Amino acid sequence: MSRAAASPVRLENVTLGYERRPAVHHLSGVIPAGSLTAVVGPNGAGKSTLLKGIAGAIAPLEGRIETTTRVAWLPQAADVDRTFPLSVFDLVSMGLWRRHGLFGGLGRKDRDAVSEAIAAVGMTGFGDRAIGTLSGGQMQRVLFARLLLQDASVILLDEPLTAIDAKTAADLLDLVRRWHAEERTVVAVLHDLDLVRGMFPHTLLIAREAVAWGETRDVLTPENLLRARRMAEAHAPDAAACSRAA
Amino acid sequence: MYDLLIAPFADFGFMRRALAGVMSLSLGAGAVGVFLMLRRMSLVGDAMAHAILPGAAVGYLVAGLSLGWMTVGGLVAGMAVALLSGLVARTTVLKEDASLAAFYLLSLAGGVTLVSLKGSNVDLLHVLFGSVLALDDPTLFLLAGTATASMLALALLYRPLVLECVDPGYLRSVSDGSGAIAHLGFLALVVMNLVAGFHALGTLLAVGLMMLPAIAARFWTDHVGGMIGWATGFGLLSGTAGVLVSFHVGLPTGPTVILCAGAVYAFSILFGAHGGLVIRALPRRHLEA
Repeated sequence: MSRAAASPVRLENVTLGYERRPAVHHLSGVIPAGSLTAVVGPNGAGKSTLLKGIAGAIAPLEGRIETTTRVAWLPQAADVDRTFPLSVFDLVSMGLWRRHGLFGGLGRKDRDAVSEAIAAVGMTGFGDRAIGTLSGGQMQRVLFARLLLQDASVILLDEPLTAIDAKTAADLLDLVRRWHAEERTVVAVLHDLDLVRGMFPHTLLIAREAVAWGETRDVLTPENLLRARRMAEAHAPDAAACSRAA
Repeated sequence: MYDLLIAPFADFGFMRRALAGVMSLSLGAGAVGVFLMLRRMSLVGDAMAHAILPGAAVGYLVAGLSLGWMTVGGLVAGMAVALLSGLVARTTVLKEDASLAAFYLLSLAGGVTLVSLKGSNVDLLHVLFGSVLALDDPTLFLLAGTATASMLALALLYRPLVLECVDPGYLRSVSDGSGAIAHLGFLALVVMNLVAGFHALGTLLAVGLMMLPAIAARFWTDHVGGMIGWATGFGLLSGTAGVLVSFHVGLPTGPTVILCAGAVYAFSILFGAHGGLVIRALPRRHLEA
């Protein structure tokens, strides 16, 4: 297996940001194939921005992000228009876009796949419901069903468990375990450090730049966490252009 | 019954033409109206209808009341306003509604000025309010052709258009560019249907047969597909009813068609099965689960 295939996502000196201000500063590293990585850090640390960058939704200000395979991304606040008169089934079936594109019809097998995905997230019987009638947790389950159908080998989850109850969180984490068992690469932004220690072998601790990246138990030390908090609080309203060598 | 519903069409050619005209319009515009409404662009149709005027006016100045020239002029002007206001919204601080308002107001003023440079008030009235009882063969072909093209195009655009409305971020992540294609293609459909409508109903009323049935349809189902069906049906119903009522009562046809659509709308607000006033007010016991 070539090196490229072994790491579906490579970051080379990546700086991501908005209006020239870096939200993620000079980050380098690889996300190994089949790994289960948690991204942890204070608010404003650049976690969501990093995922956006890997998903290709924003271009780096500097450096390169290389992805060798398809990436599925669940944004923090997916901008789904819940007032649109669409059924749960139809929303989930959008996950098959890659296979059908603009015009392909849904065959019997596809309909079964959609129903299976809905069942896998515990939403059997909700297929005909309008998406506007779902609760926050139910909506998150439905979005996970769509992710299931996207069948991507890299899956990015941005705070997937925020405002989600314990039962739903446990069900969604089971899906994450299933993806991990299928040797998909999963990157999840999380705030629950106990959960990260218990379930995620790899962690990136980030506070606008990488504080530590590697095995979770080496990363989530009290010293690193303290350092991350201090770095996130540093703020420079009149910063000059960054002079760090590329 | 025969005298009321069939005889006018059996006896008069212009009535058959008017019926064919409004039916074609309903077939094309209903679905377009549903998407305008769902994208919260209900008033954009109105603005675009005004924007068409100067193009049609230039066509009129060049060749008089010529179907071809006025159609092409209307299409060009409509698309130009749609694209320019989109461009201004993306490159400056203005939001799309503000830039569209600026462009269509200029368009309207320019259009009326152009028409009055050469034409009489009768011509101006024709442009503003249409002439559904005087549709000739080429105009009918244009209306039917527009309806056909519009339905085919919407069938092709349907999926990206729905996705663009529901979850534009997701559409961008799975398919670069198809969101833009869907948006532009859809704007082209809006302009096309308005230009077709303007020959029959005039620039001001053309948008009525697009929006009123669509808005009424919202009260009858929770699914996009069904809504398109209801909207098209309501369009056909109000078109037919409007032509008949105007014949029997002696009212101007275009406005009567729109008033009939308005009656359907009023009925739907009151008795609509999904969110109508009466069903909401009914003392019904809540369900067990």
